[in-house]
Parts: sequence; C-alpha cells; structure tokens
Amino acid sequence: MPASAPPVPPLRPLLVLGCVAVAFMALFMLVDVSGPWDFVLPFRGKKIATALLVGYAVAVSTVLFQTVTGNRVLTPAIMGFDYLYVLIQTCLVFFLGSTTVAGLDPRFLFGAEVIIMVAFSAVLHGWLFGMARGNVHLLLLSGVVMGVLFRSLSSFVQRVIEPNEFIFLQDRFFASFNNPEHDLLLLSTVLTLGVSVLGLRLLRACDVLVLGREAAINLGVDYQRTVSWVLALVAILVAVSTALVGPVTFLGLLVAHIAYAVMRTYQHVFVLPAAALIAAIALVAGQFILERVFRLDTNPRVIIEFVGGAVFIAMLMRKATR
Amino acid sequence: MIEAKNVSKRYGETLVVDGVTLSLPVGGITSIIGPNGAGKSTLLSMMSRVMPMSSGNVWVDGLDVTTTPGDTLAKRLAILRQDNHLSARLTVRELVTFGRYPHTQGRPTVQDREHVERAIEHMGLSALADRFLDEMSGGQRQRAFVAMVLCQDTDHVLLDEPLNGLDLKHAVSMMKRLRHAADTLGKSFVLVLHDINFASCYSDHIVAMRDGKVAFQGRPEDIMRPDVLRAIYELDISVQQIEGDWIATHYR
Repeated sequence: MPASAPPVPPLRPLLVLGCVAVAFMALFMLVDVSGPWDFVLPFRGKKIATALLVGYAVAVSTVLFQTVTGNRVLTPAIMGFDYLYVLIQTCLVFFLGSTTVAGLDPRFLFGAEVIIMVAFSAVLHGWLFGMARGNVHLLLLSGVVMGVLFRSLSSFVQRVIEPNEFIFLQDRFFASFNNPEHDLLLLSTVLTLGVSVLGLRLLRACDVLVLGREAAINLGVDYQRTVSWVLALVAILVAVSTALVGPVTFLGLLVAHIAYAVMRTYQHVFVLPAAALIAAIALVAGQFILERVFRLDTNPRVIIEFVGGAVFIAMLMRKATR
Repeated sequence: MIEAKNVSKRYGETLVVDGVTLSLPVGGITSIIGPNGAGKSTLLSMMSRVMPMSSGNVWVDGLDVTTTPGDTLAKRLAILRQDNHLSARLTVRELVTFGRYPHTQGRPTVQDREHVERAIEHMGLSALADRFLDEMSGGQRQRAFVAMVLCQDTDHVLLDEPLNGLDLKHAVSMMKRLRHAADTLGKSFVLVLHDINFASCYSDHIVAMRDGKVAFQGRPEDIMRPDVLRAIYELDISVQQIEGDWIATHYR
C-alpha cells in the first residue's frame, strides 16, 4: 500500500493573511501624515505594536482555552479571568487610594497582577484536579461561579467607594488603543514572547487534546500537566491584553472561528498564527477606519463588537441552515 | 500480560468495581461480559490508566500503570472507550494518524504514513479516508476510531464495546479482523462485549463480571453453559452447539 504524500500545510491562507495585515499596518502608518515624521511614526508605531500584541494575546488565549475545554463557544472570560483583573484594580484603589495607586510603578503593579492571576488559575486547578480528577466541566462551572463572585465583589466595592476614586478606576478599565498603558508595552511584549517560547513544545500535545481527555491519555499525553500549563499560559495572555486595553474577549471568539474556517485544520501550528493575524487585522483596520475614515476618535472595541456580533450571528445561521 | 490486583473503584458509598484480581493471558482475544452496571467498562478504563482506581494495582508487562510515564505505556497499550467526542473536524486519515503520536510526537514519517494507510485499509475505510468524521455514519466512525487504536501498534489493545453501532456485516468483519490481528501479529485484545455469542465464537478467554466482581472466567465452553449464564444474567438461557460454536439463545 503506497503511502499518500504528506498533506500540504495550509500556508497560502497564512501568507494572504500576513500580506493583508502588513498592508493595513502600512496604511495606518503612512496615510494622512500631517506632522513631523519622527513624531508620527513612533506615535502610530506604538499603537500598532499594542494592536499586534493584544491581537496575539486574545487570539492565542481563546484558541488554547477552547482546545483545553473541548468547546468552541467558550472564551477565557467564562472563567472570570478578566473580572479578577478588575477586582484586583478595584481593591487596590479602595484600600490604598487612587493617589497611591497612581504613584505606583505600573510595571510593578502589572507584574503583581499577572502573578495573582496565574496563582488563581493554579489554585483552582490544583484543588479541582485533586477533587474532580481532571473534570474540565467542573472546573468551568467553578470558574463561572468565581467569575460572578469577582464581578459582584468589584461592583460592590465600586459602589461604596468615593465617587472621585470611582472615576479614576473607570478610566483605568476603559484604557483604549488611543491611550494604552505604554509603560507596560515593553514588559508585556517580553512576557508574551517568553511564555510563547515555553508554550511551543506544548503545541503538538494541544493537537491531541482535541480528541478529548481519554484519547489524549491513551496517546501518552500527560493530560493534567498539559492542561495546567496551558491554562497558566492563558491566564498570562489574558492579563496582558486586559492590562493593555481592557476586556476584549469577544474579539477572541470571533477570530478563533474565522481562523478555524479559513485554515480547515485542527493543527495549532497553523490555527494559532492565523487567529493572531486575523486579530491584528481586525484591530489595526478597525483603528484605521475609526481614526481616518470616520474621523471619530472613539474606541475600536465598539466597532469590533458590533461587526463581530453580526459575523457571529451570520455564521450561526449558516450552520443552522446547512 | 495485564495483571490486576485488588482493583476497586468507589463512587461515594457505591463500589462499582470490588477488589478485582485478574491476570489476562498474553495473545489472543479476551472478552469481558456481564450485565449493565457490572463494572466492565470501569475495569477496562482503570486497567488502561484512563480512570484512576480507588485502590489496587495494575501492571502491564510488569509496568505499574499508575506510576509509569504515560508516553511509555502508550507504546504498549491502547484503549478505545465508548463515547468519543471530538471538538474539531477531522478526516478519517487525520484521526488515524493520531494513532502514531506515541511514536512520533506529532511528526509522522513516511513509515508512519504507511502504517496509517494500512490501518485504514484494514478497517475497510480506504474509500472514505478523506471524509470528515461528522459526515459519516456511527458505524463508519466507530471503525475509524478502531483504526486509530490499531495504528498505535501496541501489544495490548483494549476496546470498550467495539461492535457498538455496527451492523451485522461490519460486526462480523470487525471480529474477523481482530481475530486475524491476534493470530498473525500476536497482539492481545481485551474487549468488552454485550453480544455473548460474538464473545463465544471469537474469544480464547471469557471473563464474566457481576456486581463489580469477576463471577466466572474460562474458555468459551466453560462459560457458555445454562447454569453459568443464569448466574450472570438471571435469565434462563439455553445453549446449543452449532457448527462447533456454542450459541446461546436468549431471545424468548
């Protein structure tokens, strides 16, 4: 029996996506420059860097989370990851006061928040893996409950807080692409790259996870360890994107689905870059259209969620009729 | 050789598997039979380390399944459970290629691809190799999963109800293929079967379970007896010898 040729890796869609992303970035950088280049380029460059980093973090965290949970309509938001971030910020302002918080080095704060989030995911798992023996559904359910807890706690604290402090807080949660926390850009880039390099060796094991827990164990994947590592990675990436621009998890759901549809493969080596590129395109293009076409200086999140919602409903309808 | 010693599984107060000590012979086909809730699937899952046991030990070729690294065991023992849910769309060939993962860690070579094609052909799926699993019937899907497990090329293959969802023709051909693989390749199969006549006609050894314990074990002719079957199933079952096989008639 002759072996068939190895399947051709779907590189063409990746190449096309890459070109589109570069084109939008060039447009964003070069169109409508009305100031000295040495100011405009770094200024816009930072926005693009933020968009790329956030797009990557959101896309990768969503795809990995869907793989680990074996469910393609979930995002890390369901575990309450982003509300944990909000809660930490709220408590800091409540206990320390806005002046102290504003005076803290944002990098230090960010580092502490990342550590807390990873510790939270580790504790949740350690505890649950001991108890439920790797039942991801129980893990999810606990995550949902914790998420509601974080949300209620932070809205409670925000209610009893002084109005001025509340405004300070709100300003922090609605950090947009126009005024991202630039101090954090370098640190988050380094962190993201670092965890990605560590995560590389998990990629093949992640492919096996799409078969489900039992089949993965049968094929020799250390299921519990792999899932714990992936969830820690997801926690870090969510911390990065939330710290930079606030909660944008819906984008993740959208780009993950477009990536699955475009790539037509289960292999993470291809799906992850595609999802990251699509997210980058969505963010840069959204920002470009908002700033240059509509001349509105609002938040692209509004547009993304609007367009995203429409696309998502269209996809659901198409699936239903098929 | 698979050996279990005092293996138990407890859910709260309920003992699903109750101190099973069992030594399964090397080579050939061993079938586990018994009524619903006897603990057959649970025992199979524990023997293959997919489910942790509450107490006891299992050794596969002398390796303790709870302490041996998963990737070492994956080259010696393969298990297919009943419900196989996929979160991605896969073609038959992609699924079967996963069977090579323990040997390749996801980077199949030309030899691995040959293995894959052989397993696909063996299960009679060559014409469907590029079809997506969600576009196939339950029986075809079942055969694809069995092909994946065979492609793993382990000495021990554990299948939980491999005939589930197969029509008569495919059930017979599945059992023939397993018998052939056992005879020519020297593999050991452990099957959980509900159809006692298939167990009788194709097995070398039958283990009958009831209430979490091994009630009887032996050659097919030792198990296929009205008194034994009555003790297992609480049914009056007459057994006839037809063309050399012991056949139970339990339909009326």
